[in-house]
Amino acid sequence: MPRKGRPKVAVWKFTSCDGCQLSMLDCEDELLAIADAVEIANFREATSAVVEGPYDLSLVEGSVTTLSDARRIQEVRAQSRLLVTIGACATAGGIQALRNFANIEEFRQAVYARPEHISTLSTSTPIQDHVPVDFELRGCPINKDQLLEVLSAFLDGRSSNVPTESVCAECKRRGNVCVMVARGAPCLGPVTQAGCGALCPAYHRGCYGCFGPQESPNTASLIRRLEALGMDGPARLRVFRTFNASNPVFRAASEAPAGGNP
Amino acid sequence: MGAPEEGPARHYLLARADFQSLFDALAREGYTTLGPTVRDAAIVYAEIRNVEDLPIGWTDRQGPGTYRIERRKDDALFGYNVGPHSWKGYLYPSRERLWAAHRSPSGFTVEPPEAAPPRYAFLGVRACELQAIAIQDRVFDGPYADPAYRARRASSLRIAVQCGQAGPTCFCASMGTGPRVGPDHDLALTELLGPGSHRFLVQVGSPRGAAIADRLPLRPATEEDLRARDALVDQATSSMGRSLRTDDVHDLLLGNPGLHRWEEVARRCLACTNCTLACPTCFCSTTEEVPDLSGDRVERWRRWDSCFTLAFTQLGKGSVRRSPTSRYRQWLTHKLASWQDQFGSSGCVGCGRCITWCPVGIDLTEEVAALREESSAKTAVSGGER
Ligand code: SF4
Ligand code: SF4
Ligand code: SF4
Ligand code: SF4
Repeated sequence: MPRKGRPKVAVWKFTSCDGCQLSMLDCEDELLAIADAVEIANFREATSAVVEGPYDLSLVEGSVTTLSDARRIQEVRAQSRLLVTIGACATAGGIQALRNFANIEEFRQAVYARPEHISTLSTSTPIQDHVPVDFELRGCPINKDQLLEVLSAFLDGRSSNVPTESVCAECKRRGNVCVMVARGAPCLGPVTQAGCGALCPAYHRGCYGCFGPQESPNTASLIRRLEALGMDGPARLRVFRTFNASNPVFRAASEAPAGGNP
Repeated sequence: MGAPEEGPARHYLLARADFQSLFDALAREGYTTLGPTVRDAAIVYAEIRNVEDLPIGWTDRQGPGTYRIERRKDDALFGYNVGPHSWKGYLYPSRERLWAAHRSPSGFTVEPPEAAPPRYAFLGVRACELQAIAIQDRVFDGPYADPAYRARRASSLRIAVQCGQAGPTCFCASMGTGPRVGPDHDLALTELLGPGSHRFLVQVGSPRGAAIADRLPLRPATEEDLRARDALVDQATSSMGRSLRTDDVHDLLLGNPGLHRWEEVARRCLACTNCTLACPTCFCSTTEEVPDLSGDRVERWRRWDSCFTLAFTQLGKGSVRRSPTSRYRQWLTHKLASWQDQFGSSGCVGCGRCITWCPVGIDLTEEVAALREESSAKTAVSGGER
């Protein structure tokens, strides 16, 4: 059956760089089809028009770092039939979750000229720590094809096809030469979820772990391999503490003793 | 030129200086030539047009989880062993659109398939790779034939190259798939490289191979050239880096799902899928429907899958093979044991790719040996009872 009606979709920004919203605007060829299929009710990066809730679908970018974020996400949830988080900030706290490992007061004093104007929480937390989330789309930034798949699945009322396998699977399908085997370059691909199309290995760099842990990550074994390739503890802490620093699997990997087993 | 036979009468020589004529002949016969070339710090398979595209003077050094290319002391064109790619990527692409359909007033209409299959010439197919293609033929051209595979396979040409040395991760001799190039090929080349002489022994294996050979400036080979080829085969056999005992492996793997070694290897295994996707015989795939946003058109895509993913055994209540132990056991047991029941041969040709391209260097020959040792220790303790 052809579809009936145009569901109302809202896009919300919390603490983030806007990169994921820009990935949406990057869907140039598909923007018209999106506008045909759904009513964009709220999308500040694209339009100033705001349509009142409730919404059929809310896409949420960004993490919770302020009291007002924490209040606002409750309102968004209350107005939304389905809530999908997009990107590493919304899903794992983002790069700004590095504050969770540090003293926020020191950051405030060091970074801002007028620290007394900065009102912030001491942590950056993912949306799911605050409200129930229906689906999490990973990535830093998200992959636009996966976003289109999530939208299309929503329109058809089916579950979306977003693989949770490793980046290595995409790397091999793409025909990349493995940088870890052929260059001895450290790569997080074996423990990271697919989604980027193995972009970095295609350009001779190890994977940075932007999509967070794969479905059954064996970080202990990878850590032993990274050590054999010459990576020391502080370097390992840095590679596991980027965009998904607060994800429990990557956090444990960043803190694990030599040999990888916690 | 007729059927392949031994003896110099069916063997010819092509001078190194004339090697470009092979590329030219393939192009004139309408083939797209795919072969080895140096790219991204490896010897990969890609479209090549000229003799200069070949990895002239390059070789590789391989071990579990490691691969490096390095210069040779000579200017051999084929002086390397198998690399990260295999011909599977061309006969059975990693992503393929199976069909598309769009909504029509009466229901839906299936769009016609894409154009005629490509006409590939595979240049540099090693003995183990010929056997890997034969194994995939039994998978895709058996009772459940895949028409697209069959079409690509039927229009492609296999130009084999004899290995003159084996790599540290090779064990084709154990699997009975090499190192001597078997009779099932279109053309077979042996690179004969000595002081002041660089030539190729050319053997014709099929009428289509003969059509190419007819276009080459060939001269007859001598008994001495055949002896030189045999010496290279011997050299490859004696430099085989690994071995695998096959006579007991079927019952060993299928009869011992509870050995401790399965748990031990799973602690090292990343469940990353590299071994299965690098393997030239693994054939598993998943299909997905990709509808457009209007919901009026849908494409069905197939992509390589692996028994190391959870989705591979996803049923209503979740994945059947949840533990990495059960997934590693599936891979090894299918490859070396249940494949025999399913297709009448081992699923392994001993190419060593899964050893080299495993990021943590897990070596199936070592795993089988350890499983055998544990199993026989158990049998000894329990007085031979099971
Ligand atoms: S380069 Fe990285 S992602 Fe690609 S196969 Fe190797 S380890 Fe996996
Ligand atoms: S199992 Fe390993 S050695 Fe055997 S054919 Fe596959 S990749 Fe090659
Ligand atoms: S080993 Fe695994 S991926 Fe390979 S053919 Fe068997 S089930 Fe498929
Ligand atoms: S055996 Fe190696 S390549 Fe295969 S899934 Fe395990 S870690 Fe990956």
